[in-house]
Amino acid sequence: MVHLRTARRRASAAIGMTAVAALSLSACAQSDRGGDSGSGAVGGTMIFGAAGEPKNFDPIFNDDGESFRPIRQMYETLITYKRGTADLAPGLAEKWEASEDGKSWTFTLRSGVKFHDGSEFNAEAVCFNFDRWFNMKGAAAQSQMIYYGDVFGGFAANEGDAAGEPLYQGCEAKDATTAVLNLSTYKGAFPAAFGLTSFSISSPDALKKYDADKVEQSGDSFSYPAYATEHPTGTGPFKFEGFDKANGTITLVRNDAYHGEKTKLDKLIFKIIPDEQARKQELQAGSIDGYDLPSPADFESLKSSGFQVTPRPAFNILYLGINQANNPALKDVRVRQAIAYAVNREQLVKTKLPEGAEVATQFMPDTVAGYADDVQQYPYDLEKAKSLLTEAGAANLTLKFFVPTEVTRPYMPNPSELAAVIADDLKKAGVTVELVSRPWNGGYKDDVQKAGKHDLHLLGWTGDYNDAGNFVGTFFGREKAEFGFNDPALFDALAAADATVDPTAHADAYKQVNKDVMSKFLPAVPVSHSPPAIVVSGKISGLVASPLTDERFDTVSKN
Amino acid sequence: MLRFIVRRLLQAIPTLLILSVLVFAWLRSLPGGPAGALLGDKATPEKIEALNKVLGLDQPLYLQYFKFLGRVLTGDFGNSLISGESVLTEIGRALPATIELSITALFFAVALGIPLGYLAASNKGRFLDNFTVIGTLVGVAVPVFFLGILLKIVFAQNLGWFAPSSRQSADIDATRVTGFATLDGLLTGEFDATLDALWHLVLPAVALATIPLAIIVRITRASVLDVLNEDFVRTANAKGLTGQVVRRRHVLRNALLPVSTTIGLQTGLLLGGAVLTEKVFVWGGIGSLLAQGIERRDYPRLQALILLGAAVYVLVNLLVDISYALIDPRVRA
Repeated sequence: MVHLRTARRRASAAIGMTAVAALSLSACAQSDRGGDSGSGAVGGTMIFGAAGEPKNFDPIFNDDGESFRPIRQMYETLITYKRGTADLAPGLAEKWEASEDGKSWTFTLRSGVKFHDGSEFNAEAVCFNFDRWFNMKGAAAQSQMIYYGDVFGGFAANEGDAAGEPLYQGCEAKDATTAVLNLSTYKGAFPAAFGLTSFSISSPDALKKYDADKVEQSGDSFSYPAYATEHPTGTGPFKFEGFDKANGTITLVRNDAYHGEKTKLDKLIFKIIPDEQARKQELQAGSIDGYDLPSPADFESLKSSGFQVTPRPAFNILYLGINQANNPALKDVRVRQAIAYAVNREQLVKTKLPEGAEVATQFMPDTVAGYADDVQQYPYDLEKAKSLLTEAGAANLTLKFFVPTEVTRPYMPNPSELAAVIADDLKKAGVTVELVSRPWNGGYKDDVQKAGKHDLHLLGWTGDYNDAGNFVGTFFGREKAEFGFNDPALFDALAAADATVDPTAHADAYKQVNKDVMSKFLPAVPVSHSPPAIVVSGKISGLVASPLTDERFDTVSKN
Repeated sequence: MLRFIVRRLLQAIPTLLILSVLVFAWLRSLPGGPAGALLGDKATPEKIEALNKVLGLDQPLYLQYFKFLGRVLTGDFGNSLISGESVLTEIGRALPATIELSITALFFAVALGIPLGYLAASNKGRFLDNFTVIGTLVGVAVPVFFLGILLKIVFAQNLGWFAPSSRQSADIDATRVTGFATLDGLLTGEFDATLDALWHLVLPAVALATIPLAIIVRITRASVLDVLNEDFVRTANAKGLTGQVVRRRHVLRNALLPVSTTIGLQTGLLLGGAVLTEKVFVWGGIGSLLAQGIERRDYPRLQALILLGAAVYVLVNLLVDISYALIDPRVRA
């Protein structure tokens, strides 16, 4: 059933004569339209503008937001996040518990849950999934399991360049609703990482039926099996209906057998519109009902046109990176502190970042356990910056400041503008700044993260899950070309914090690391946390914005 | 004749080979690479390196090239790094979109261009003529993307008469047969899908039609003016034929010869112009494939698009040469 809008009807009437010709041709082919699916009687159809095509729909082979958005509506994880927060909440597991040494996790599962193909969800299905990931064969498949590699270290048999030590030791289905996961060591990422979309639970029957592990390499590219492209089968509130590549639409329909509250919408369609301006125009024309990451410059005009712009709680960090390897002066912590004092971050946040953005005092937002209230602060102080530079003998410092172009990220909507302001601030402190612009995917990341050609750079991070290690551990846990320092004291402190099992001690250990990072090490300058927004039309209600961009559309209704 | 064709075919081989080397080297000289784009924002240099190894992108360039050449010779252009789908499947799906857009634009350009050019010539020096001449100048001068954005703001965003972008509405449940969105609706009896496709087609087609329209108007006007001064027109007038008959039978027919040549030339250019229009209107055709491919360094997709495009170009040229040879035996020598 198709719902034509009034404006479209007007235009359609004007070109309606084509229908005459159509009558004579219509006998040539058959329509394969289904029955009356999605009549719109209950909740209608919501169309959400997506910025890009998903890679595929098998959660384990994905790591990007555009793939995760449809996957999250179809699949569920053992542990999930409380709506609108990064706090853990029961998902497919009602309860979870770690052994004292943190090496064993016991999940008490929900009963009465069915996969979209009608098969039963139980402890065996959970273990089947964990076993599948651990035993995945082929360098191609392993290379696409980014989060698995990050969190679980390695595979039963590492292939290609997968080299990590596997954390996974086995999974035991004690009874239908009890699954026990055994790990070789405790890892701070757990239990939060069990909520990562990549670790969603798939139907074992469907995985087998549609050759889910058969990621193949053809020359210098991959192809994905039917499970990942046509038959994703989870337990979520929406089911996969189809991906019309010619029209760029992914259609999901209500899962009437869902174990929780059924979705209000009959259909949820993701329409791929790569251009941001085009997404805005489609929203204004009424042909989509919402889209993600509207540009902060559009917030006001969208709001005044009656659209709901909802900022998410910020779960990200923008930092001014400092590379100590390139410029000997930067090895002196006083010089790095001078840079921190010289940048007027308050002003920057006020003038260049969206409403709700905050100055960062450390390398994680305050919602993460391990955030320290009493870190050393670096308020704007030009005189102090100048005197520190003189003290360190770096009064005539020249720095190459690398800035990405052709990119916007939730934490840096306008990198060039931000860099220009920072460079001006530094110049006031007597530092000569050479701005070097590089396209994001055309050399910037290579130059900064691989070659370390810079002295300063702008970069940031959006958290994957609520653990301090996902922020500060990712940045400073080992030697990197990006920061150009090798400080075993810092690396060890981070490793020790990550290995601390008791949640309070875990958080305390990270608090101490945060304090030390800001006072002793200062390997970079934390700049800001920005709230990325999501926009929907006035007809939409029930959408809860998530700091992890983990929005679920099952509570959404359209008037 | 056969020898001529064989010789020309053999000559085409080195052309394509040289081109394949150039394309291959050019793509790999671009900064950044597919692994970084494939792994996304959180890719570490180590992961990028590991993936490059898996993809074989760490091997010497000549080795990569020969492997690529070997696959192409067996008709395997590989899979898109973005979608994991065969690039030929992707191209096959996108081609109808581009052709549909180009043909519609050409239809607009011809249907409006010839009458306008003719009217301008018939009213030489008067308001209509001056207006048309200035209008065509503007038409040639305004960049397609600018006009596209302007049309979108006025006719889609403000007036709501047409769709702002894409080929069909998201909630249209259309059966695909040929890939031509307007035609498929007619073939399957899903007329609402055809109407919806037309509703989306109007603005990009108008934007794309502007330049060829302006050119066709100018050529038609000039050509009609030339013919109007010919002796045979004077003769026709002198022998007492009515103005209408003279214009229809003698002027227009003769004036249309150079116009039809222009239309032929414009058809090729339209396909090129469609790339920009597709970008503005998020039209899922070849242009979109190309743009997205460049952005994400999708080597297999770009190699296939450029090489197949070149092969078509070489083939068309060959056909032209053969037709010349048929007409003029001296060319065969």
